[in-house]
Amino acid sequence: MTQRPLLAVAALAAALGLGLGASAHAETTQAPLKDVHWSFDSPVGMYNQEQLQRGYKVYHEVCSACHSMNLVAFRNLADKGGPFWNPAYPNPNDNPVAKALAAQAQYDTIDSETGQPTKRPGTTADYFPSPFPNETAARAANNGALPPDMSLLAAAREGGARYIYSIVTGDGTTPPAGLQVPDGKYYDPYMPGDLTSFWKGDPNKVPVGGFIAMPPPLVDDRVTFDDGTKATLDQEARDVAAFLAWASDPTADERKQLGVEVMIFLLVFTGLLYASYRSIWRKVGH
Amino acid sequence: MTEHKSTYEPKSGFERWLDSRLPIVRFSADLMSFPTPRNLNYWYTFGGILAFCLVVQIVTGIVLAMHYDTSEAGAFISVQRGIMRDVNYGWLIRGIHANGASMFFLAVYLHILRGMYYGSYKAPREVLWWIGCVIYVLMMATAFMGYVLPWGQMSFWGAKVITNLLGAFPVVGNAITTLLWGGFSVGGPTLNRFFSLHYLLPFVIAGMVALHVWALHVPGNNNPTGVEVKSDHDTLPFHPYYTVKDLFAIMVFVILFAVVVFFIPDAFEKVDNNVVANALVTPAHIVPEWYLLPFYAILRAIPDKLSGVLALAGAIAMLFALPFLDQNKVKSMRYRPAARMYFFIWIVFCLILGWCGSQEPQGTVIPGGAGPVIIDYGINSVTWLARVSTAYYFAYFLIITPLLAMSEKTLPVPDALFMPVLSKSAAPAE
Ligand code: HEC
Ligand code: HEM
Repeated sequence: MTQRPLLAVAALAAALGLGLGASAHAETTQAPLKDVHWSFDSPVGMYNQEQLQRGYKVYHEVCSACHSMNLVAFRNLADKGGPFWNPAYPNPNDNPVAKALAAQAQYDTIDSETGQPTKRPGTTADYFPSPFPNETAARAANNGALPPDMSLLAAAREGGARYIYSIVTGDGTTPPAGLQVPDGKYYDPYMPGDLTSFWKGDPNKVPVGGFIAMPPPLVDDRVTFDDGTKATLDQEARDVAAFLAWASDPTADERKQLGVEVMIFLLVFTGLLYASYRSIWRKVGH
Repeated sequence: MTEHKSTYEPKSGFERWLDSRLPIVRFSADLMSFPTPRNLNYWYTFGGILAFCLVVQIVTGIVLAMHYDTSEAGAFISVQRGIMRDVNYGWLIRGIHANGASMFFLAVYLHILRGMYYGSYKAPREVLWWIGCVIYVLMMATAFMGYVLPWGQMSFWGAKVITNLLGAFPVVGNAITTLLWGGFSVGGPTLNRFFSLHYLLPFVIAGMVALHVWALHVPGNNNPTGVEVKSDHDTLPFHPYYTVKDLFAIMVFVILFAVVVFFIPDAFEKVDNNVVANALVTPAHIVPEWYLLPFYAILRAIPDKLSGVLALAGAIAMLFALPFLDQNKVKSMRYRPAARMYFFIWIVFCLILGWCGSQEPQGTVIPGGAGPVIIDYGINSVTWLARVSTAYYFAYFLIITPLLAMSEKTLPVPDALFMPVLSKSAAPAE
């Protein structure tokens, strides 16, 4: 999630000395994302399990009231590298935390005797329940805007976790005088947008960013962290962004670990091949 | 080059029996002992690397197909939930397949540039070159259709933009797009046909690769001097000399491949493709994969849609026409300083075209104003840069290459591809 852009093309453009001047045409603008860092930023960095647990709590208690997360099941929380992974339970379906969390959710089913619709408690195999039955209901409850599904949110936005952190902490920023914020919307400098038609000030100084239909979701002490970490707005935003990064790319830890082992093998094997190449070609001119 | 005499001697009774019925062991042994110029450099290892890439794509693709759902409603979920999360090592298999396409194109571009530089398209290797061009076109079709399968926003809109182009053809255009779409817009039936063809075409490519190798083994390899093989002294048996060299090169390539797959797996990925396809929401930038960008830039450089499509097709056709356009007897650009210079400039323009393809057409090149508008765009726009580059792209093939072929003063070409220079042969090793 860190090396997002088309590295190849960017490097190429830089090499040609063209710069990326093309972004000069200003239709959509956005403030530069906040410079925050996580343990998993680097190509070999891992998730921090305690942070994922805190992030899950923020997601569960706050975001999940509006945002669905269709691709993630309760058992995934207990997968290796997940927030509640516990080596004592190699099978995530046995993990007591995942089981307890799943059991809090209710799912539609039919009564096996009567065939009538009824409810059952969730199991670890269930995917996270959606807050709204369908898109229309989700929009109706949110001023016409659709809260996007969060399973891949970090992977589906330029900037990943930094974008999410910036949006959430920038949401509800006091708008500059002269900006007319429509009802039910909030100013967010990190939301890509074009504010020209809402700006009454100097036409050359249109504020960057856009409007977001999400009320600022986080404030200090919005949740209480189980590990005693102080729940500042900044901390909550960092942790939930980390959790969403994990949800988008849950196999990143496994991938990076395996990657290091594979690289060691490849380097040794390639070294041996080079030695054979040299010894086979030693006696012939070329 | 003369016929390669078979040196295979059946050793056992069974081998003799088989040899007079299906000489497959002889065939393989002859492939292995094939006399190969001893001066091939690392640019000649890309053929082996490409064969490796094709096998990797087919093997990982078959495994992906086991878990892939071709329905419009299920495709995205089967990739993003099934393959990426639930299938054991699914993330790895998809990571190899998706990035493998980029690695495949990286290799094929270097392979083509190698052929252009050393004049490998000239007699007696024209058919070999043309088969290679066919493979390249099939690769583009395969990759384009593969990119549609995960059914994200870029999959959908990419398919829409590209298939719409075919609608530009007079009379038959609409019939073609309807046939491709399986309806009147990109949707579930399109996805199904693309999956079917995406599964088929790699095997067509494999067949073309067999023809490519056959066409290689009739005249034999070209080499960095472009001088044909004249005696046994010029060659070495393919095995073990080039098996070990190719393997080493493949491993270096695999290291690069592994760095991408394990540490920057989303380097080539566009974030929009992690959003499920939605016909009602157009992404802000619709950009094809990097390996198609130069052609996309050529397409957009031309103001008229049909002419743009023809220019795109023409750009690929230039490769096919190269053996006719360059009649100079000297193959290798080592001995053609002028041709070499124009060739390198052509490469730079191809890279610029690639960059233009990734940008908004009205974007400015040098920060500042767009300048006076000529044919829809300011002169300081990406479109104008693409227009100038397109002009060079075609001029290189249609004007510069034929003129140089007639007029260039080439440097003296060596008598043999391998000359044991005194100082070199005096030295004991190498
Ligand atoms: C009251 C409902 C509600 C809650 C609670 C909520 N959101 Fe949202 N969120 C929305 C809506 C509605 C949108 C769509 C906004 C728009 O399109 O303008 C949105 C959009 C977003 C976006 C921008 C996505 C994009 O399209 O680029 C992010 C990031 C986001 N939410 C994060 C969060 C996080 C993190 C939380 C929990 C801390 C959260 N939201 C809680 C309603 C909510
Ligand atoms: C020339 C060889 C091939 C090339 C260049 C190629 C290219 C691609 C590309 C670019 C994608 C999209 C990747 C993504 O973003 O996820 C893809 C997906 C896919 N390919 Fe291939 N492919 C090749 C061979 C095959 C073969 C032989 C099969 C099946 C037998 C196959 C099956 C699939 C499947 C099922 C998908 C969808 C799953 C996914 O997106 O990961 N491919 N291919």
